[in-house]
Amino acid sequence: MKNAVINFKKYRYLLKELINKDIKLKYRRSYLGLLWTLLEPLLTMIVLTFVFSGLFGRGDESYPIYILTGRLLYTFFSTATKASMKSIRSNAGMIKKVYVPKYIYPFASTLSNYVIFLLSLIVLIVVSLVLNVMPTLYIFNAIFPLILILILSLGVGMILSTLAVFFRDLEYLWSVFLMFIMYTSAIFYQVEKLKIAGKEWIFNINPLYNIIVNFRNAIFGRPMDKYALIYSTCFSFGSLIIGMFIFYKNQDKFILHI
Amino acid sequence: MSKSMVKVENVGMRFNLMENKVDDLKDYIIKALRRELRYQEFWALRDISFELKKGERIGILGLNGAGKSTLLKVVAGVLKPSEGTIKTTGVIAPLLELGAGFDKQYTGAENIYLYGAVLGYSREFLDSKFQEIVDFSELKDFINVPVKNYSSGMRARLGFSIATIVDPDILILDEVLSVGDAKFRKKSEKKITSMFDKGVTVLFVSHSLEQVKRLCDKAIILDNGRIVASGSIEDVSLVYEEMTE
Repeated sequence: MKNAVINFKKYRYLLKELINKDIKLKYRRSYLGLLWTLLEPLLTMIVLTFVFSGLFGRGDESYPIYILTGRLLYTFFSTATKASMKSIRSNAGMIKKVYVPKYIYPFASTLSNYVIFLLSLIVLIVVSLVLNVMPTLYIFNAIFPLILILILSLGVGMILSTLAVFFRDLEYLWSVFLMFIMYTSAIFYQVEKLKIAGKEWIFNINPLYNIIVNFRNAIFGRPMDKYALIYSTCFSFGSLIIGMFIFYKNQDKFILHI
Repeated sequence: MSKSMVKVENVGMRFNLMENKVDDLKDYIIKALRRELRYQEFWALRDISFELKKGERIGILGLNGAGKSTLLKVVAGVLKPSEGTIKTTGVIAPLLELGAGFDKQYTGAENIYLYGAVLGYSREFLDSKFQEIVDFSELKDFINVPVKNYSSGMRARLGFSIATIVDPDILILDEVLSVGDAKFRKKSEKKITSMFDKGVTVLFVSHSLEQVKRLCDKAIILDNGRIVASGSIEDVSLVYEEMTE
């Protein structure tokens, strides 16, 4: 344990460099650069509002914010876990040549996406002010879902990055599974408005949905949902512990498969 | 009495080779159901023991597939041995396939920081050595060009310059003294020999017996993952010459 801390300190700078690299290269060749982080969620929000407002958001002026909160969190979760999953393979060149603690790679992938995600929250702030959804004291509760989604993504990312080394086709399976998560995360509809008697459990077991619920509560000035908080906390830390465990158990075998 | 820098004890490295490589879930499940998952054990290294004291330079000889590179990777910490232990002291500079860890979209300058971080250097250290690295690599203005546009020789030169900027205690060399043009080769060999004078411990793999004779004072010969001869360079090179006859 003590060795792990010393080792982490030594490679802290590498972690920073890798995060920097991901962010820099992502926007290097686009004309608008980092501005895309803001434009992209804004544009999808407009499209989704246009398409779904007649169906789900009738008469609700804050509907775009409802969509935006769900979409921002979901997009972070999906891009971060996908990037982590590929991180060991895409850094195979380094891993085969030099010793580096391997968890650095999925960590850097998740954290670089987290930085981009935090930047994109600016859009949420602006849209909220424009649509006159003013922050209340409950806004400080947003810190909980924001931390939980990072823990969850790190944990799931470690599980996926380990498995993806041994099974290449996991990428396709995970995309399908992500679609399932997206549709059960209530991004553009409200669970209460749907007639889905008997199927609520699907939402209750989806950790991402439970995180989004509390994020929305914080934005719209409502107290936190206790069940959602406890469930998503347990799930996120659980996934991180499991992720670390299977990663450490298997990391010495990675090099034989990449 | 000088300090032991590298101590390799009874090291073995086992690979499980699957008869037909399975690396996706679909194949795995189908093969598992048909009970076709057969593994073949393969020992790339077996019962390897040797010790290096400070300033000793060992050449590792052997034919292709004898386990030379595997042994270097095990000492560098890239591979974890299946059995046995390895103890190393101090800073290791691994020079294995130079420039293979670069990011191709990054410029040379950015790669100095990235690759330096991979090798465990700090930002301040790289800042202070940046110019020296650029000068040694002789890349000049190319340092601001993405590495994907480099020739393989330029890439190797930059890799060599970054990896040798520290004063390592242990230097691991895998066929790297054949990088770049004749001029750079001379320069890099000079740099390596100047490290010898500082008392660096060296593990050197090369197919050129002449080069090993010039740079090393000890040698071992590997054959099918086992040590078949070890001792002073003079004795071992005679055995090796017989082997390669």
